[in-house]
Amino acid sequence: MSFLSIEPIRLLLYLVGIGAFVGANAAYLVLAERKIAGRIQRRPGPNEAGYGGWMQPFADVLKLFVKQIMVPPGADALLYRLAPLMVMAPPLICLVTVPYGETLVARNINVGLLLVFSLGSVNVMALMLGGWASRNKYAVISAARVVSQNVAYEIPMLLVVITLLMITGTMDLNEIVRQQAGGFWHWNILFLKANLLMPVTFVIFFICMLAELNRAPFDMAEAESELVAGAFTEYGGMGFGVFFMAEYSNIVVGCSLATVLFFGGWQSPVPIALLSGPLWGPLWFLLKLYALVFTVMWIRWTFPRTQFYGLLNLSWKILIPISLFTLLLTSVQLKVF
Amino acid sequence: MIAQKEAPSAGPSGEAPQETFVLNLGPQHPAGHGVLRVLMTMDGEWITKAEPVIGYIHRMHEKMGENRTWAKFLPNTSRIDYLSAMHYTHAFVGAVERGAGIEVPPRAEYVRVITSELNRIASHMVWWGALLSDLGGLTPFLYAFDDRELILDLFEGICGARLTYCYYRFGGLCNDVDDDFLRGARAFLKHMPPRLKLYRDLVTNNIILRKRLTGIGLISAEMCRKYGATGPVIRGSGVAYDVRKVEPYSVYPKFDFKIPVYPECDSMARYLVHMDEMEQSLRIIEQALDQIPAGPVMGKVPRVLRLPPGDYCYAVEAARGRFMVRIVSDGKDIPYRVKLRTPSFSNLSLYEEASRGMILTDALAMLGSLDLVIPDIDR
Repeated sequence: MSFLSIEPIRLLLYLVGIGAFVGANAAYLVLAERKIAGRIQRRPGPNEAGYGGWMQPFADVLKLFVKQIMVPPGADALLYRLAPLMVMAPPLICLVTVPYGETLVARNINVGLLLVFSLGSVNVMALMLGGWASRNKYAVISAARVVSQNVAYEIPMLLVVITLLMITGTMDLNEIVRQQAGGFWHWNILFLKANLLMPVTFVIFFICMLAELNRAPFDMAEAESELVAGAFTEYGGMGFGVFFMAEYSNIVVGCSLATVLFFGGWQSPVPIALLSGPLWGPLWFLLKLYALVFTVMWIRWTFPRTQFYGLLNLSWKILIPISLFTLLLTSVQLKVF
Repeated sequence: MIAQKEAPSAGPSGEAPQETFVLNLGPQHPAGHGVLRVLMTMDGEWITKAEPVIGYIHRMHEKMGENRTWAKFLPNTSRIDYLSAMHYTHAFVGAVERGAGIEVPPRAEYVRVITSELNRIASHMVWWGALLSDLGGLTPFLYAFDDRELILDLFEGICGARLTYCYYRFGGLCNDVDDDFLRGARAFLKHMPPRLKLYRDLVTNNIILRKRLTGIGLISAEMCRKYGATGPVIRGSGVAYDVRKVEPYSVYPKFDFKIPVYPECDSMARYLVHMDEMEQSLRIIEQALDQIPAGPVMGKVPRVLRLPPGDYCYAVEAARGRFMVRIVSDGKDIPYRVKLRTPSFSNLSLYEEASRGMILTDALAMLGSLDLVIPDIDR
């Protein structure tokens, strides 16, 4: 054990671990999404490659790898190639600070929350660059949409996070989880003593998360029936594959954050010693994480897409006032109780 | 609603010209449902002019009609609008029967009504699924095809084809319907109402769908008249125009059914017209199944079909609106002229005017609500 706890080796192990976690998630969440979509649409989904289709991700990745990456004529070659890297880097870095278990965290930074949010906005820039650099009209429209959508939804999301910061008093993600110990009624989503509207706050957070991730019903950037494939229209092969992987990695980051902030991270839902401990922690964390990821997919295959201006109206006219109100309510309740 | 915006124009008074660009939507585009190409002059996301370019799947059906015998042209009629092939065959067969004075046995007329209405439901199901997938909801498409499958199976049983039926012949039908078909149609009548209720609860009443269709894509009755739009488009503009009522054909006058009309003129009105029409079609099928007489399904048809010189028209209410066949005969065994009046062509022609000043998303939602079939436009 002493060998493993040497700092460089520990970091190396975590890097490998996070890389593998992201890779496996991106690959198998795509499969899971296709299977869930199949289930919702009364069809089997991919079932040819391997038993029940479990080899499908390998087949997909192989296909994407052997394709030639073309830079469309007139495109800005540097930015065009840079965009997939920029979109993939933030989720990898964000996952460094996420506590999977009480001790299972690569680097516990005391401003972890800030790091996640600041890197999360790089995602937008990458999509915008990718759309802009491809010199495709659909991609440019998509890029413009991504920017205004993300600007609109960052605000209510950050207001919600400020609400949580007032309650927890720390930006250290592991510390936030530790404060939610002692059963599910201590989780932040049910912390009504600090804010009567805590479940509403979570709903706002979740909606904003969907919008930030460009997931249905807010997938304006991709809107395949209008913009073909949005910002990714010109991308092929692994360039497209990386965008695709990043989308799913971002879902994992977003849902991890929701788990940590609202659902007690690695805490057990019932305070029994048998069900909590260093081995149970990651299990609870992953269980909550994938329940949220499933909800994200479920929503995508159930609802039609919103209108673009309807989407902006939702943020500016509904979500921001409500989140401001919950912020106010929290400050009042914290002062009174 | 902020759906409409003044179309910007390059002012003559010396102000800076508008920066517009042309978005070439199609002929291969996910929202095109075929090879429709729309040249959109855009100001940002706002459309200043959307010009449909058609002809990518033009197959000269009218010209083909003029150089082959009546019977040889019959299979072509199923291929004009492949989603409502029964109606199209009906119009051509009806025009020829009218010209040649062929009597159709009552059983054949009843079966024509039953199959036509089943075909209407199948066609509306495709439209519904396709519209929803245009709006980004991909799941209803699969459910719609599930229901449509039952109808296609029934049709396969009676004529062997699943899409291009060519089931009606001059003077009747090519086959009588068997008990399997009648039982299957009854079973479908039981199957469909709960499904329609499911769709109403889950999809029609969905708030996102309502927001995307209500007040979007206004098409006034005036505009419908100007461009000759028919079918659900004109009925969604508050005009109760249905060929089955205004120019009754076949045995439609014997049935009791309503023409769903919504005066709102928006995409939601057209959506609701489609949904209500399916219920009315079910009503017609039920009555027809109750009343269907026994007897032959083929009347007396001369061996060599020659229409007396003259001009013959026959219009039907196809799934997308009024489909009319006009035949000019000069007494030979091939027609002098065949004119096909297809509903999708007229319904598309109003698109340029109706989409002016709309945002791209809404314009495509409206395009979906018009229920276009591209081979029907190009023929």
